[in-house]
Formats: sequence, structure tokens, C-alpha cells
Amino acid sequence: MSKNEKLATEPAAGAALAVQPVKEKRESIWKDVFAGIVSNKASLISGIFILILVIIALVTKFVPGVLPYDPYAQNLSESLVGPSAAHWFGTDIQGRDIFSRVLVGTQITLTVGLAAVAISLTIGVLLGSIAGYKGGKTDTVIMRVMDMMLAIPSILLAIAIMAALGPGIEKAVVAIGLVSIPEYARIVRSEILSIKENDYVAAARVVGDSNAAIIFRHVLPNVLPSIIVRATLGISTAILDAAALGFLGLGVQPPAAEWGDMLGRGRNELFRAPWLMIFPGLAITLTVLAFNLLGDGIRDGLDPKARKR
Amino acid sequence: MSEHNEQVAGAAQPQAGADGASAPEQDILLDVQHLTKRFAAETNFFGKATSHVQAVDDVSFHIRRGEAFGLVGESGCGKTTVGKMLVNLLRPTSGKIVFDGHDLTAMKPGERKQYCKDIQLIFQDPYASLNPRMRIGDIIAEPILTNNILPKDKVEDRVNELLECVGLANYMRNRYPHEFSGGQRQRVGIARALAVNPKLIVCDEPVSALDVSIQAQVLNLLDDLKEQFGLTYLFIAHGLNVVKHVSDRVGVMYLGKMMEIAPKKALYADPLSPYTQALLSAIPSVDPATKKDRIILEGDVPSPIDPPPGCRFAGRCFAKVEGCDEVMPPLVEVKPNHQCACHRYDEGGPGTAVVA
Repeated sequence: MSKNEKLATEPAAGAALAVQPVKEKRESIWKDVFAGIVSNKASLISGIFILILVIIALVTKFVPGVLPYDPYAQNLSESLVGPSAAHWFGTDIQGRDIFSRVLVGTQITLTVGLAAVAISLTIGVLLGSIAGYKGGKTDTVIMRVMDMMLAIPSILLAIAIMAALGPGIEKAVVAIGLVSIPEYARIVRSEILSIKENDYVAAARVVGDSNAAIIFRHVLPNVLPSIIVRATLGISTAILDAAALGFLGLGVQPPAAEWGDMLGRGRNELFRAPWLMIFPGLAITLTVLAFNLLGDGIRDGLDPKARKR
Repeated sequence: MSEHNEQVAGAAQPQAGADGASAPEQDILLDVQHLTKRFAAETNFFGKATSHVQAVDDVSFHIRRGEAFGLVGESGCGKTTVGKMLVNLLRPTSGKIVFDGHDLTAMKPGERKQYCKDIQLIFQDPYASLNPRMRIGDIIAEPILTNNILPKDKVEDRVNELLECVGLANYMRNRYPHEFSGGQRQRVGIARALAVNPKLIVCDEPVSALDVSIQAQVLNLLDDLKEQFGLTYLFIAHGLNVVKHVSDRVGVMYLGKMMEIAPKKALYADPLSPYTQALLSAIPSVDPATKKDRIILEGDVPSPIDPPPGCRFAGRCFAKVEGCDEVMPPLVEVKPNHQCACHRYDEGGPGTAVVA
């Protein structure tokens, strides 16, 4: 076997570098996420806003005394009072303090938004991954079921599921979560279809990785950006869907305070008492916006290319 | 025809000693026999294939331990498909892959897995072959952990060692692929392939995506590593000059068929197959004074979908003889260690053989 002669080259760049025994510290993934949120002002403010919401939800749950008024106590003599020093956000038709109700509503609204998204995210990502990665008959079966679910208007499907499960906020969460599974499954599947053709997935297979390892280590992390964006938008949809179900008498049961439900009930008095809708509406808008901006920050934090060093 | 090939392959091995390197039977690391891969080109309503792409058609060759075997051919000739079948990314339609005495094609998927790590692949595109969300260190450590080669606490040292082997500094361990240049990325790909102590490395055009100055560095690196770790290479390339530099023996493919296999020197000095002759004449010369007789082929590579019988090259061949359109010539040993598939050498040639 003849020894091949060396090709003349410039001194290899690596050769000079190899002698320096420098050690770089490696950060955990949570640090990356945190860095991503902090590096972006909008997402930092959003993160703080959401933190405050969580604190409000916890405090009103465990220390009800901090509220200026009992959010459930009716006082018909003060029905539909506009915003004032006594009632910052005004009162509703039963004379209940809207400020107190908005604060208490944080509990249900946050739970509904997060729990519903958690359900649809888990199941949707799982189904979408299997369909996209396995392909063939598995893909056809899963995606046709998803198409069937999409063919029925989501609120109608949610009503049908509620009809089977019975009324109640927990069941509304389950219904809303189930209804939006197809959206996640479709996004994840289409992303995976393109990602799995990458050479690094083939490389993992050559090395002997199992299918699960390939999906969780190589494919899903690269699907993450689109999932995060969709999930943060999904929180808002879930809050509004919960409101719609509540309006139909299937979700939140009166007198419980929930922003979407307050919005729906305030609709009748839109011109006489606009504050009935303005404040819960503002609360929903700000929360949804905050989740979206926070999502952007998380996405940037997880993307090695977007991170500033 | 296939029976015929088998006899020839059997006959070729005892004579291998004439090449200088003694090559007894057990020294053959990889023996590929009648490997065929067909892809469905069109399917009917029920998903049944109505026509096929013959990506690889009855290809046989063997690689000795410690050897670098070059596989050349133009785009679409099936050389990458051969490589993918070796590393279990594709299943052969038929044929045998005998690796280190074990028939890989007869194994169940679970059984095959234990041999996976012995054959590794270096990818063509260093940009697509590294996961953008993983650190270099994790990319190299992954094969070690997946195959339980080392205990967890030893992995870091091993990764540093591998990085050093391929000419990267160990502090680069925590960087992401996008922070590297193409040549550095390819080094990472090489380190990943080395991580599991493979016996055979399939290099799938490892330098074609790199610029020329970096190509030489990576080729030298591959050469050094081969010495250092006693590796065996299957070197797939479309550039004949690249193959000339790295390989000991060369196989030339055309449209899914192996046209010629010969030791490097013999092939470049005395190509037998008309296709190889045309291919070699196309290498540009650095010296403007040397006038070359370029063989200009007419026409294009024909479609590999359901190819007609006869020699695959017949339509473009400048040395066509009678019978070229009817039967594909088998790969026969025309000279010692020099196999060629061409009807011109069937009768009366140096390594006389008769058409089956």
C-alpha cells in the first residue's frame, strides 16, 4: 500500500488553536432561556407582568382579605357605577366591584389558558411527531382523524365534548384542550417532515440512536420555535374559548369571576356602562400580549444563533 | 450472468497477493455481493410500483482491511446509495453486504444494530450534518453514550482527545456549529465518526462542499487518521483527482453499474473501460503546454428508470462493438486485479472470459 504523499497546505488553523487549554463554562438550558428573556426589553417586561399576574392569582386565592371588596357580594344600590375612587373599575349590574372581580378572575383565566394549552400541546406534539416521523399508514390515520376534528367548527366540537362531560370549568379546560390538538399536530408534523430529511438526523441513525432519541434530541428541539409561538397564541385562544363556553352556560358558572365571562356578560350594557367590557378586555389583551412577547424571548433564548455573546 | 460474476470474484482473491499487499481471505473487511437497490419511480392508484429507478444494479466489490477504496462516478450513478446501504440508512433490494465475516443483510434490525457502530459515515455537507441546536461536545459525545462505549465520567476526556485528533481545540467543545467554518465543521463530523472506534468509514464526498484550500487540509487529516487508527475507507467522490490522492484501489460506477475496478496506479495509467477513459480525459491539465486528447462523449446520461438491456454505456460509447446493446457485460478480471465490464475484453483479451 503506497503511502499517499501529503498535499501541501497552509498551516492548519486548528493546529495553532489546539495548544491553548482554555475552558469555557457551559450554561444550562434554563440559563439560556433566562438570558433570552432578559436580552429583550419587551419580553422582560412581559415576564415581569406575568409574574405579577401569578402573584395576584396566588394571593387572592389564599388571602382573600386583601381585596377592597368581596368580588361576589351583590350591592344593587350601587349597580353600574362608573370608575371612581371608591370603585376603580366601576361596578357591574349587580353592584359587584369590577376591580376585585378582575383580580380574582386572574386565578381562573390563567389556569384555563395554561392548562388547556398544556393538554393540546402535549397530545398534539406527540401525535404530530409520530405522524411526521413514522410517515406512511400511521401518518395517514393520525392526520385524517385530525382533519375530521378540524372539519367541525371548534366551538361546536367543544360544546359536544362538554355535553358528554357535563358543565364545569375543569371540563371546559379539557374540552378546549382537546379541540385545539389538530393545530399543534399539523404544525409539528409539517416541521418534522422537513427536519427529518436533514443530514444530522441521518447521522444520528448511523450512530445507532433509537427513534425516541432522534425525535427528542434532534427533531423536537428544532421544532421548538414554531411550537412556542403557536402555544403563546394558543393561551389567548383558550381564554376566549373558555369565555364563549361560559357565555353558553357550559364553562364558568356564575357567580365565579372569569375575564372572558365578564366580557360576555358586559356586552348587553356596552353603551350604558362600557367599563364592564373595557377592564376585563384590557386584562385579556395585556395578558395575551405578555405571553406572546415572553414566547419570543424564550424562542430567542433557545436559538443558539439569536443569542448574543 | 450473476453466477459468472461470483466465480470471477472468487478467482480474484488468491491473486491479490500480486498487488504487493498480501491479502488472504480473512483480510477482506467488506465484501459487497450483487448489491441492488431499486426505488419506485411511479406508483399506481394502489401504491404499487409500476416503474423503478435502478439506483444500484448488481454491484460487487470488496475492500481489504486498512485499504482506501475510492468510488467514483458522475452525479446519479448510485455511489451515494451504495454508501447509504452500507451504513443502514437504506435497505438493499437484494444482494449481500458481508462485513468482517458477518452478513449484515441477513440480520434482523436489532442484531444489525451492534454492527452499526463499526461502519461510520462522514457526510458531504458539513452544514446540514450537525444539529444546529447541539454543542460540538454533545454532538461528538452522543455516539459514545448511545453505544455505551465509555463510562459517563470518561466521556469528556475522550471528547477532548477526539477534538485534538481532528485539529480542533478542546475549548471549542461548548460552541455551536454555526460558530465554525465549513472546514472546522467537517472536522467535527470526522470526530463524530471516529468517536465509536469504527472499522470502516464511508466518506461520502467529504470535501466537495469545501473550498479548495480546505479540501487539502481535510484530505491530509483523513490520511493521518487512517494511519493512526488503522482505518479502512470507502471514499466516495466525483472528483478523480481527489480519489487519486486518497485511495489505493478505485471503482468506477456508471448508472448503477460498476464499470471498472483497479488499483489506483493501474486505473490512471491504463484505463480499460471506455467510460473510464472518457472520464480521465476530462481531468483538466495544469500545464497549458500539454495537449490532451479529450474524449468528448455525445448525449446525456440516460434515464435510470427501467433501463434497456445491454451495456449502460452503450448509447454514448465511442468503442461500441456488436452485442453492446443486447447484454450488459459482466465485471470480469481482465488483468490481474483489474476488473472491467466491457464486451471488448470478453474474447481474446488479456484475461479471456466468455460472455455468459
